Amino acid sequence: MASSAADSASVRQAWNDPTAEPYIRIEGVTKSFGDFVAVDDVSLNIFKSELFCLLGGSGCGKTTLLRMLAGFEEPSSGRIFIDGLDMCGIPPYQRPVNMMFQSYALFPHMSVEQNVGFGLKMEHRSRSEIAGRVGQMLELVRLEGFGKRKPHQLSGGQRQRVALARALIKQPKLLLLDEPLAALDKKLREHTQFELVNLQEQLGISFVVVTHDQEEAMTLSSRIGVMDHGRIVQVGTPKEIYEFPGNRFVAEFIGSVNLFEGQAAAEQDEDGHLCFACPELERPVHVARGAGPAPQGRIWVAIRPEKMQLSLAPPPAAANWTQGRVKEIAYLGDLSVFLVALQSGKTIRVTRPNVMRHDDQGITWEQQVYLHWHDSSPVLVSE
Amino acid sequence: MKPAGRPEEMPRATAEQAAGERFGRALRTTLGALARRPPIRWLRTQLARRGLNGRTAVIAVPYLWLLLFFLVPFAIVLKISFSEAQIAMPPYQPLLQWAGERLADIRLNVNPGNLLYLVEDSLYLRAFANSLQVAAISTLAALMIGYPLAYAIARAEPRWRGILLMMVILPFWTSFLLRVYAWIGILKNNGLLNNLLLWLGVIDQPIVMLQTDFATYLGIVYCYLPFMVMPLYAILEKMDLTLLEAAEDLGCRPLRAFASITLPLSMPGVIAGCMLVFIPAVGEYVIPALLGPADSLMIGKVLWTEFFNNRDWPVASAVAIALLLLLVVPIMYFQRVQERENEGQT
Repeated sequence: MASSAADSASVRQAWNDPTAEPYIRIEGVTKSFGDFVAVDDVSLNIFKSELFCLLGGSGCGKTTLLRMLAGFEEPSSGRIFIDGLDMCGIPPYQRPVNMMFQSYALFPHMSVEQNVGFGLKMEHRSRSEIAGRVGQMLELVRLEGFGKRKPHQLSGGQRQRVALARALIKQPKLLLLDEPLAALDKKLREHTQFELVNLQEQLGISFVVVTHDQEEAMTLSSRIGVMDHGRIVQVGTPKEIYEFPGNRFVAEFIGSVNLFEGQAAAEQDEDGHLCFACPELERPVHVARGAGPAPQGRIWVAIRPEKMQLSLAPPPAAANWTQGRVKEIAYLGDLSVFLVALQSGKTIRVTRPNVMRHDDQGITWEQQVYLHWHDSSPVLVSE
Repeated sequence: MKPAGRPEEMPRATAEQAAGERFGRALRTTLGALARRPPIRWLRTQLARRGLNGRTAVIAVPYLWLLLFFLVPFAIVLKISFSEAQIAMPPYQPLLQWAGERLADIRLNVNPGNLLYLVEDSLYLRAFANSLQVAAISTLAALMIGYPLAYAIARAEPRWRGILLMMVILPFWTSFLLRVYAWIGILKNNGLLNNLLLWLGVIDQPIVMLQTDFATYLGIVYCYLPFMVMPLYAILEKMDLTLLEAAEDLGCRPLRAFASITLPLSMPGVIAGCMLVFIPAVGEYVIPALLGPADSLMIGKVLWTEFFNNRDWPVASAVAIALLLLLVVPIMYFQRVQERENEGQT
């Protein structure tokens, strides 16, 4: 789940710099189709050389937002600026933007060379220049020697690279990628993820990627915008999104999480902890301050499965632990997943890395276990 | 996972389905048992050994049809084209004749003169050339009208497409002859069109339209337009529109995108439509006879004259054979080209 060097590269911190000029400015954009509002009042700043992911389930409006950036849809209201230029009314063929389609949309009647060179041919470049640049692009995506083939003679991964080369040849200011890896199998997908990141760093072009796959979003992006029902719910680095989800939807959508509804009346103890009473847990939950501001209204305590520890003996603390019975154990190789039923009837999910080859604690089915967690682990989320 | 609980009452549809399945299973079992009976099994093995099974039987039906109603008649016409005309019943000499009493006295009456005659008399060559020209111009006109029509229907809203297609096919519901006759009423000197133009004041005396080449072209284009629209619509409708978006995204204006993406991808439909119009138009007899000039030289008309006026069946057959060769050779070439094109695509 490590984000790709998000902390080191200074260019990737542009969103923290108040003086930095955003490269793409989306201002209050709404798109409705009849009664259906696909994109609802979205405002977003994307910076130069950023790899921004729009993440959300199907029908959340992420693709519509991407299509508005490409110019295939006009916003019902709001404005989009790319590099300071208002994109309103500018047709796709005049935008400094290229797109890689989910289906790749390679022209079936053209060879790989003709596909890749299509954008330059439209600019009426000379034949020799086109040939040279096509050669460079094919080298970049490591498809030398495939130029004469037709798209149907290529594998899925090769088609994906042709589509990428075709979208990159015009050196766009912004590259849009619609589910770029969805059609590839798992191994190839993981490999291509890192290739994409390398390519983006090499070229310095801003990428906006639409995906429904949270792992893909976390691997690729400098920042993620989580979308739900046409709205941007949270924008942040992969780490921020995972560790400090802004609300219940984000917490549940990214990774898995155990949620406990808590009493809104929160008070502090002498160590500065926020104390919560959750009906589903017998003991109070102490949350270290700084784990987000105390939200108002209905709130939940969210704890990630890997941030809970399992033990057979009761922990010597007054708070932040509970007990239950092991219902299911799933051995996944690198880690094991335990489903533990609490006395309140709630089932919670705990993961434990399989550090040792032989588990000396030997937790098995129907065993009484204790679960405890650090006071920095829980996060408070609202509706 | 626990197995899902069996519902107490089966819904009606499910019960019917289950009954259907039971019946199907029983039928299969009975047929299977029957097929395993020794005599039937023996027959099946014997047939299979000679390459005859269910699949070949299904394929054999259309082949048998073509053999009986296409190849055999063709062979008869071919035979007649090599014989000589005579005033008799039938009006040609048999190809094989017994000249004497003995079995060996077979006389072979092969007469290649009919086919040579077609080349010698310039009438036939001119008729062929004229027919090809009329068919080619009509096909081009039908393509010019049919392509935008098919394109518009294919890009219309899905709920409108069916209705629009229906409107293209609708004229087929009246007789072909009736529709051609209707054009006489429209085109004649005191017909609908001339009266309208006179009334509008566009012209001050009627234009002669009937019995001109124009009327022939009009009739052919009108009658064969649906054959052009159908294959074009089929291919345009299933085209992937993201290809056009991709082209536009790469800096291609819509008109250019049409020329470099839509048109090349619709070529199989263009070829199919053109062949469906061109082939029948070459041999067209009714439309030029009713709408065209009296002296129009169309091969279909020549064929008619040879058969019914001159009663020269051998020459008429030779004309028919020549017409067939003239059409079959280019079609085979086109199909080869198309096959090669298709290999280039998915």
